[in-house]
Amino acid sequence: MDFLDNINYWIAMFQIVMGLFIVIASENLIKTLVGLGIFQSAVYIIYISPAKIFGGTAPILSENYVIYANPLPHVLILTAIVVGVATTALGLALVVRIYEAFGTLEEDKIQEIDLEDSRND
Amino acid sequence: MISSQLPALQIIVPLLAAPFCVIIRNSRATWLISVLASWVTFGISILLYLDVQTLGVISYEMGNWAPPWGIEYRIDSINVFVLLIVSSIGALVSLYAYPSISVEVDENKHYLFWTSYLLCLTGLLGVTITGDAFNIFVFLEISSLSTYVLIALGKNRHALYAAFRYLILGTIGATFIVIGIGLLYLLTGTLNLYDLSMRLGDMSLTQPQLAALAFLTVGISLKLALFPLHLWLPNAYAFAPSVATCFLAATATKVAIYLLLRFAYDVFGQSQIFSELPLGEVLLILSIAAMFIASTVAIYQQDIKRMFAYSSVAQIGYITLGASFASHTALTSSIVHLFNHAITKGAIFLLLGLVALRIGQPTLKKMSGLGKSMPWTSAGLVICGLSLIGVPGTAGFISKWYLILAVLERGWWWLAFMILASSLLAVIYVWRVVETMYVSDSDSRGDSHMASTTSPTSMTLVAWLFVTSCIFFGFHTSFSVEGASAAAKVLLEYTK
Repeated sequence: MDFLDNINYWIAMFQIVMGLFIVIASENLIKTLVGLGIFQSAVYIIYISPAKIFGGTAPILSENYVIYANPLPHVLILTAIVVGVATTALGLALVVRIYEAFGTLEEDKIQEIDLEDSRND
Repeated sequence: MISSQLPALQIIVPLLAAPFCVIIRNSRATWLISVLASWVTFGISILLYLDVQTLGVISYEMGNWAPPWGIEYRIDSINVFVLLIVSSIGALVSLYAYPSISVEVDENKHYLFWTSYLLCLTGLLGVTITGDAFNIFVFLEISSLSTYVLIALGKNRHALYAAFRYLILGTIGATFIVIGIGLLYLLTGTLNLYDLSMRLGDMSLTQPQLAALAFLTVGISLKLALFPLHLWLPNAYAFAPSVATCFLAATATKVAIYLLLRFAYDVFGQSQIFSELPLGEVLLILSIAAMFIASTVAIYQQDIKRMFAYSSVAQIGYITLGASFASHTALTSSIVHLFNHAITKGAIFLLLGLVALRIGQPTLKKMSGLGKSMPWTSAGLVICGLSLIGVPGTAGFISKWYLILAVLERGWWWLAFMILASSLLAVIYVWRVVETMYVSDSDSRGDSHMASTTSPTSMTLVAWLFVTSCIFFGFHTSFSVEGASAAAKVLLEYTK
C-alpha cells in the first residue's frame, strides 16, 4: 500500500527522468521541447500533491470547516505554468526561425552547417 | 515619503518602462526611454546603497503584507553591492548602445530589443533584491526569457540556435531551482529566505534537505555557467548582438553567483549540511577545472567573442574558488572578483562592439593590423587583457591578490601555484589577440572597409570609462574591496 500512497510522487519522478531523457536523447528540436514540457509538468505534480487534502476545502474562516487545503502551492504552480507556457511559446518561435534559417530541425544537421560556416570564416 | 518606497521602485521603474517601448515602437524614442529608465534605476540603487551604509539592513514589505507571509524585499550589504553593479552596467551600456544596435539589429526590431533589455534588467535586479524564494524563480525566468530574445536578435543565423540551446539548458536549470525551492517549502512551510534559514537551522538534517540543496546547487550552477555546465555560454555570447553580450557578460552570471552565495551561506548557513556534504570540495575541484580547461580552450578560438566567452568561464572559476571555502578573505576575493570581472569583461565586450562596427564579427584573421587602424581601441583591449591576466596596477590584480592571500591563509601552496599557472594561460590567449593586432602584417583587404567610418563618440566614451575604471579600481580599492569585505562579513555572520 505504501507504493500506492505515494503514487503521485512515483509518477512525478518517472516524468522528470523521462522528460530529461527526451531532452538529452532526441535530435529533433520539437521533440526536445516536448521533453522539456514533460519535465516541467512533473514539477507541478510535486508541488500540488502535498497541498491536496482529501475532504479539505478552501481556507475559509468559518466554524463549519475544519480541514482545509493549503492554497499557496496552487498559486505558485499557476505562476509556474504561465512561465512554462511562455518558455514553450518562445522555444517554438525560435524553432520556426531556425527552420527558416537552416531548412532543418535535426540537431546534427544544424551542427554540420555550424561547422561549415565556421570553416568559411 | 518616496524614499521608503525605493526597494519597490528599483524593480518597478524598468518593469513599467518595458511595455512603453512596445507601445511607442519608434527606434530612437524607445532608446531614450530605456536610457532614462536605466539611469533612474541606477540612481535608486545608489540611494539604496547609501541607506544600507547607515541602516544596515532594509526590509521592505511588498503591499504591506508582513513577512514571512507577504513578499519581503530584504537588502543587506551583499545584494546592494550586486544591485549597484547590475544597475550601473545596465545604465552605461544603454547609453553606449544606440549606434551599435542600429548596425547590428534590424530597425523594425529595435523596440523589441529595448523591451527585452529592460525586462532583463528588471529580472536581474529582482533576483538580487528579493527575499522570497519563489519570487527569485519568477524574476529569474523574466530575465532568462528576455535573455533568450536578446541573443536571438543577433544577425548571424547561429544566434538562433545558440538562443535555443540556452533556452533548453536555462529552463532545466530554472526548473531544478523550483524543485529545490518546493522541497524547502514542504520542509519548512515558508518561502521567506530569512525565515527559511532560521527554520533550517533548528531542524535536524534530513534527506529532503540534501535533495533540495543538490537541486538548487545544480540549477544555479547551470545559470552561472560553472564548468562543466557552461556549454550554453560560448555560442550565446559569440552570436548575440555586441550590446547584449556586454550586458549579459557583465551582469547575468554575476547575479547567479550572488544566488549561489545567498543559498550556500545564508539559507543553508545554519543547517549542518556542510559538515555532511563536501560541497566546498566539489566547488573547488570544478573551479580549478574551469580555470585550466576553459582557459586552454580559449587559446584555440578564432572568434574573439568566443575566446573571451571561454575566458569568462575560466574567470567564473576564480570567483567560485573564492566562494568554496568559508573564510573572510576568500569570500572577499570572490565578491571583489565578481565586481572586477564585471568591469573588465564589460570593457572588453564594449571595445569589441566598437571593433564589430568596423569589421563585422571580430575574428583573429580580420583583426590583424587593428593596432594601426584603431589604435585607441586596441590599446584599450591591451589594458583590459592585462586586467584579465591580473597584472599589478589593474583591477584584476586586486582580486587575484586577495584570492592568493586566502589560499595561503589555509597554507595551500599548491593552490596558489595553480592560480598563478592558470593566469599564464590567460597570458597566452591575450597575447594571441595582441599579436594579431600589433605584430602581424595588416593585409590591405582588411583596411579597405575599415577606414570608412569613425567610432561614434558616445560608444567610445562609455567604453573608455570602463577601461579607465579597470585601472582606477586597481589603485583605489576603497569602494570595491570595502564593499566586498562588508558583504563577506555579513555572509559569514549568517553562518554562525
